[in-house]
Amino acid sequence: MIRLLVALLVLVAAPSWARVVVDSAGRSVEVPERITRVLAAGPPASVLLYVLAPETMLGWSRAPRQPELTYLQPAVRGLPETGRLTGRGDTLNLERLIAEKPDIVVDFGTIADTYRSLADRVQAQSGIPYLLIDGSFAATPAALRLLGDVLGVMPRAEALARAAERIFADVDRTVAAMPAERRPRVYLARSMLGLETGSRGSINTEIIERVGAINVVEGLREKGGLVAVSPEQVLAWAPGVIITLDPAFADHARIDPVWRPVPAVAEGRIYLAPGLPFGFIDAPPSVNRLIGLTWLLHKLYPDKAAGNLRAEVRDFYRLFYQVDVTDPDLDRLLAGG
Amino acid sequence: MRIATALLLLAGLLGIAMLVAAVVGPYRIPPLEVVSALFGHGPKAAETVLWRIRLPRILAALLAGAALAAAGAAYQAVFRNPLVSPDILGVSSGAGLGAVIGILFGLPVVLIQLVGFAGGLATVAAVALLARTLRGGGDVLVLVLAGIVVGALAGAAISLVKVLADPYDQLPAITFWLLGSLAGIKAADVLAVLPAVLLGLAPLVALRWRIGVLSLGEDEARALGVEARRLRAIVIAGATLATAAVVAIAGIVGWVGLMVPHMARLLVGPRFDRLLPASILLGAAFMVAVDTLARTAARIEMPLGVLTAAIGGPIFVWLLARSRRLS
Repeated sequence: MIRLLVALLVLVAAPSWARVVVDSAGRSVEVPERITRVLAAGPPASVLLYVLAPETMLGWSRAPRQPELTYLQPAVRGLPETGRLTGRGDTLNLERLIAEKPDIVVDFGTIADTYRSLADRVQAQSGIPYLLIDGSFAATPAALRLLGDVLGVMPRAEALARAAERIFADVDRTVAAMPAERRPRVYLARSMLGLETGSRGSINTEIIERVGAINVVEGLREKGGLVAVSPEQVLAWAPGVIITLDPAFADHARIDPVWRPVPAVAEGRIYLAPGLPFGFIDAPPSVNRLIGLTWLLHKLYPDKAAGNLRAEVRDFYRLFYQVDVTDPDLDRLLAGG
Repeated sequence: MRIATALLLLAGLLGIAMLVAAVVGPYRIPPLEVVSALFGHGPKAAETVLWRIRLPRILAALLAGAALAAAGAAYQAVFRNPLVSPDILGVSSGAGLGAVIGILFGLPVVLIQLVGFAGGLATVAAVALLARTLRGGGDVLVLVLAGIVVGALAGAAISLVKVLADPYDQLPAITFWLLGSLAGIKAADVLAVLPAVLLGLAPLVALRWRIGVLSLGEDEARALGVEARRLRAIVIAGATLATAAVVAIAGIVGWVGLMVPHMARLLVGPRFDRLLPASILLGAAFMVAVDTLARTAARIEMPLGVLTAAIGGPIFVWLLARSRRLS
């Protein structure tokens, strides 16, 4: 009788706890063989999970808003908002996390001791395996392969990783052919007044620096962050290109006399970054920035960038987001905001 | 020091601060070019910087400093408490709540300022109403306690808005707003708040003698024929109007309303009719100087709230130490 019980137990338990994976932080985590329910710890992880295996998503860290829905698969549009695990100021309650019964929790972002200890604590408290995946931009292909392997969607993950590598290679080739004096000096204008920006080395401007442009904002620290600046300082920097995320600012800068002397405005080189369903520049800093790279390449070096931007965006959305974007939707997307 | 000399000195200080502020900035303009741009003969870019960016900002700093310091001096007089600042009845937290809600709903800048202004006024009105309902007699302590309660509620609501806000877009905007800054000031903003500030400060100036009497104590005031409750209501309304207008365009700027009246008191003594003009001049000069530092100390903007606290804090401690030695 006891033997039968033990055999039954082994039968039930063994197949689901059969693998050990090593995450980006070097933590060995035991995960079930078959993973069907995954919870993302933050918005970057939500995007990573969506591009790899939307069917495993339990919800969005931050639910998509109305205009974003068109650019997402119908199956995930109605998923609930699950909140985020960030250490302090969590909006995801641990009891709710357990009630959701995820097979694993995935976090995608900076690998720092804070997040490592957070992952250990949540895992110890909830008993749910917690994977940390390096979210640095250059490591995007590796992140796709790592999570793809864990989720058992390897052919797809490999295809996405190759596409990501191709985008990086395109950028490198174009930038390498660009003489130093032709590298544009770029200012990233965030918020309505355009006076919020990211300083050099910030995650917000990482992709601008990745395409060989010079971020005019030198921060106070090596590793930049979001900062506020004055319009006078922007005039003094005299950027040749302005990238903005805010349609209100884009309209306002074109008519405001204060911004008129800025070379970027005078020469009409102010570009509104698209943001549907995810930001092209930084919101959130995840896989979505890959298409931002392609977009920037076409905006910053119009005569050097190979290929057609519309076609490339359409292909990217088909491959990564698994949606076919219609022409009117593509127009709306590229109009920005 | 004679009062006329002291006021002249402060006016001179303000003049110097404004002059320095007009000449320095991240966009280099040689002093001679500043003069020619001032008269409309300079290079186009220099004229834009001077007329559309620097001068409006200097005026805004002047207004903000004057309004906050005058409101602080008036509050300290009518509450007869040197540790009171214009924030005590919740005007800043109320304006902050209004503004962050405006940011949450993605309103245009002008509307955010308007909602912030309305939020500040509404909060103080709610505090006054609450205090009246609790104690018809208009007890000062009840008023202050009501201010703390409503202010804390507004603070809690601000935190709630932060949790609800988009972490990549709205949250940074909210954070920067709450730190206070004059970076985005335009001439139109200055013109918009000027009437409110003047309207708010006018009763303080007109009633300066009576406020001085009230600061001696309610019984003394009554003996001299000053109706304490009504006067206090007028002062609170005026000071709140001016403060709310300033907070609406500058965000939350701490310390000025608390600290500047103390510095002025050291210079001209505690008599309110002298303290008020001295506070106004000193507040304006302090704010113009701090804002100049905010835009020139680093390539990025230093938040005003950080600078006023970093500079104001040590001065305040020094004042406390000094006053203990005197007494």
